[in-house]
Parts: sequence; C-alpha cells; structure tokens
Amino acid sequence: MPPELNSRPRLAPGCRLGENNQQRVLLMPERALRLNGPSLEIVERCDGKHTVQQIISELQQIYSKAQPQKVEEDILGYLALLQKERALDFEL
Amino acid sequence: MTTTPNPLALIAELTHRCPLHCVYCSNPVELQSRSNELSTETWSRVFQEAAKLGVLQADFTGGEPLARTDIIDLVRAGRSTGLYVNLITSGLPLDETKLAALVAAGLDHIQLSFQGAREELANEISGAKSHAQKLRVLEWVKQHRVALTLNFVIHRRNINQLEDMVALAESSSATRIEFANVQYYGWAFANRENLLPTREQLDQSLTLIKREQERLQGRIRIEYVVPDYYAKYPKPCMGGWGRKLMLITPSGDALPCHAAQVIPGLSFENVNDRSLREIWEKSASFQKFRGEDWMQEPCKTCDRREQDFGGCRCQALLLAGDAAATDPVCSLAPLRPKVDAILAAVNLAPASVGAGLACPDPVGAPPASEPLTRPSWLYRPNPA
Repeated sequence: MPPELNSRPRLAPGCRLGENNQQRVLLMPERALRLNGPSLEIVERCDGKHTVQQIISELQQIYSKAQPQKVEEDILGYLALLQKERALDFEL
Repeated sequence: MTTTPNPLALIAELTHRCPLHCVYCSNPVELQSRSNELSTETWSRVFQEAAKLGVLQADFTGGEPLARTDIIDLVRAGRSTGLYVNLITSGLPLDETKLAALVAAGLDHIQLSFQGAREELANEISGAKSHAQKLRVLEWVKQHRVALTLNFVIHRRNINQLEDMVALAESSSATRIEFANVQYYGWAFANRENLLPTREQLDQSLTLIKREQERLQGRIRIEYVVPDYYAKYPKPCMGGWGRKLMLITPSGDALPCHAAQVIPGLSFENVNDRSLREIWEKSASFQKFRGEDWMQEPCKTCDRREQDFGGCRCQALLLAGDAAATDPVCSLAPLRPKVDAILAAVNLAPASVGAGLACPDPVGAPPASEPLTRPSWLYRPNPA
C-alpha cells in the first residue's frame, strides 16, 4: 500500500537520526539504517510537517537532473520500506 | 593486519539481581552479587568508550536493570554519548514516576518481557507474581513517546498462546513483538526437556506467525526466532564471534557472548583494567573464534561459513564437548544425530502419556502441550 500523497510522515517513537564515524544513521529498535544522500534527505523531512507530496517536490528540485517520475517512484518506494520497518507514522 | 570492524551494540548487564526467577534465564548459572557491580562512573566511561569505538546501540539488561538505583543516571549517561538506549526489563520495579523520569533522561526503547499471555502460566514460568504488574506497565507506557517491544520467550508450554500474545500487543502501544524461542544454555539447558516444543507445535506456530506478520504489516513488526535444534543450519550466533557485539558483565568483564564464561581456557579482560577498544581489538578472548582460522571441517570449506560463522561456540561445547567444533544443530555437523535424538525423545513423549493418535480413548486426555503433572523446574535464584 503506497503512502497517501497528502499524509505527513513522522519518525515513529524510538526512531531517530544518529551519527557515527561521520556516517548518518537512522536508529530504531534493534537495528540501524545507513543514510546517504537521497535517503538522508527523505528521512530529514519525515518530521510530521512535510506531506509526502512536499517531500517529492523538494527532492525533485534538489535532484533536478534526474527524471521527476523516477524521483517520485524512488521516494514512495523508500517510504514504503521505512513503513514496513515500522519506522514511520503517517499523520493526516 | 586487517582492521577489525567496530562493534555495533553493547550489551550492558548492569546487575544480576532480578525479582523474576525464569526457568530459561540467559544469565550464567554463577551469578554476580551486588557488591561486585560496576559503579555509575565506570559505566558512564564504558558508554563513552563504546560510542567512540563506533557502537550505535546499548542494551541495558540484567538481571533486572531497574534494580540499579542509579538507572536514571545510567540512561542519561548512555544517551548523552549518542548511544541508542534500550531497556530490557521485566517491568516489576517500575512505577509511573520512574517511567516518566527514564523517558525524560533519554530512554529510546523499552523491551518489556512477558512469560505468557495468561497470568497463571506466566507466574509459574517466572516463579513470581509478575503478570498483573506488566499489564499495568503497558497502560503507563501509552502516555509516553518511547518505542515499545513486547518480548515473549517461547517454549513448549506457551507456544499455544501466540494469538493471545499478539492480541495483547495490539491492545498496547507496541510497534514490535519479539517471539524468541528458548535457546538452550545455562538455566534453559537444565530445564530443556520441559521447554523444547514438538515439531507439530513449531510448524503450527510458523503458519500463525506468517499470517500475523502479513496482517499487521506497517503497524507492528513481528520477529520470530525459531529454536535452533529444529533448524537446518545454525544461527549466526552474536552475528559472529567478536564481529558485532560486546557484552559487559555486572562486574565489568567483557565477553564476546552471554555464555562465553563456560568455555574452558578462555580468560576475560575487565573494563576496570583496559579500554573497550583495547579489549575489542587485542584481547585473546575476542580473537579466539574471530574470522575462520579456528574452524574445523565441515565449516572450514563450507559455503555458508560467512553466513553463520559455524554457529554457536557455547552450544558446540555443550553438545560436542569442543567449543571449536561445528555447532551440532547444523545438519552438516558430524554430531547432528545427538540433536536428532534429543528431538526424537521430545516428539515421542506426548504419545507415551496417552494423548497421541494411538490412544483409543483420547477423551479427557490433556493436549500434548500440557504435561500431566507440573514440571519440576529449576528456578534461577536472586543473588545477594
């Protein structure tokens, strides 16, 4: 189930950004995800304020050389992965 | 010399004191007393050294970590170094005030243990009146923004309660359930014949877990650890010896795994004498089974050696009498027949008490998971 474009993703309780040896990570119960470039840009915007649509628009601007459609697909795919990990709550 | 990858998690056994007496406790059979426990200052230094070494997560465990009167200071000390602080607790010494203080100190994640979904069995397994308090804790946690995992240790007697356990989690604020079948070391090894599930129970549980994982996807993540006696290949114990994890005992000994002290000939460095980095990179105990040089056949030339690292060294010692042997739960291990014999005994037992198909009159016979009499458990005591 892809996330709704007008919902506002927010990191779930117990999920937060961390850093180690200059590597940004998403810390969550019993695991950690390395964040690089686009994945970090996405996670930093999962603040309960940005809608999914806004995250897509902002990243399409940052990665203006990439195809907008591809950027959107990648973001939706990554948000779905974070949702499966139970790292996100979606607020309407 | 190749550089050693840094550890990712620190298991901080803050104390061995515990109000529960679980029959499968993962603590060593020889428990440390309070007088040997590390000070607040030493633990704080250990957390700083761990974060510098590259550790991301600290698991505060015990015993019961809340038995430490300085637990709030310890949580604050851990979190202030950037570590992700995870509290593995029975919930017994908790009240609403202490919970609020722990969260305010930076606690990231509470892992609350349950011994069953129903009070009678849960109290029997923990050897204490514990279940009702855990239900109160679930209500209190709802008031806070903190991650919650419900942890159930699964065995023959409670494996038929999985659905009720999932329902309990759904009624709480948990985002994660950990169903971990008992692993057979220490106290659990002593109680093994009353704890190992039957093959039929295990198969049913796998079907149920798969269904519930799909149903709850995106809401609650369910993890299921099978009993490795039934597995085809061994578990990658601790993610490989000296590869990912470091455990510090209540008195400060640094161990590559929970049960490492049972392995003869190994001695352990103490955090009072050495830095964490020195221990991780140089100590003989962490080097002992690191990499592949120590491996015997069939591990030495096996394609899976980088996946499971030959399995568990303590289990090899317990079952094969040699800590460097292939873990006997592996289907390729020369000593696998020994594990098969243990399983055969477990799987034949229900029929022999009259609950199997061969019984002409099963009416009134207890289901296979219910023993005719209560097992005589060996309970874990509380150290002084």
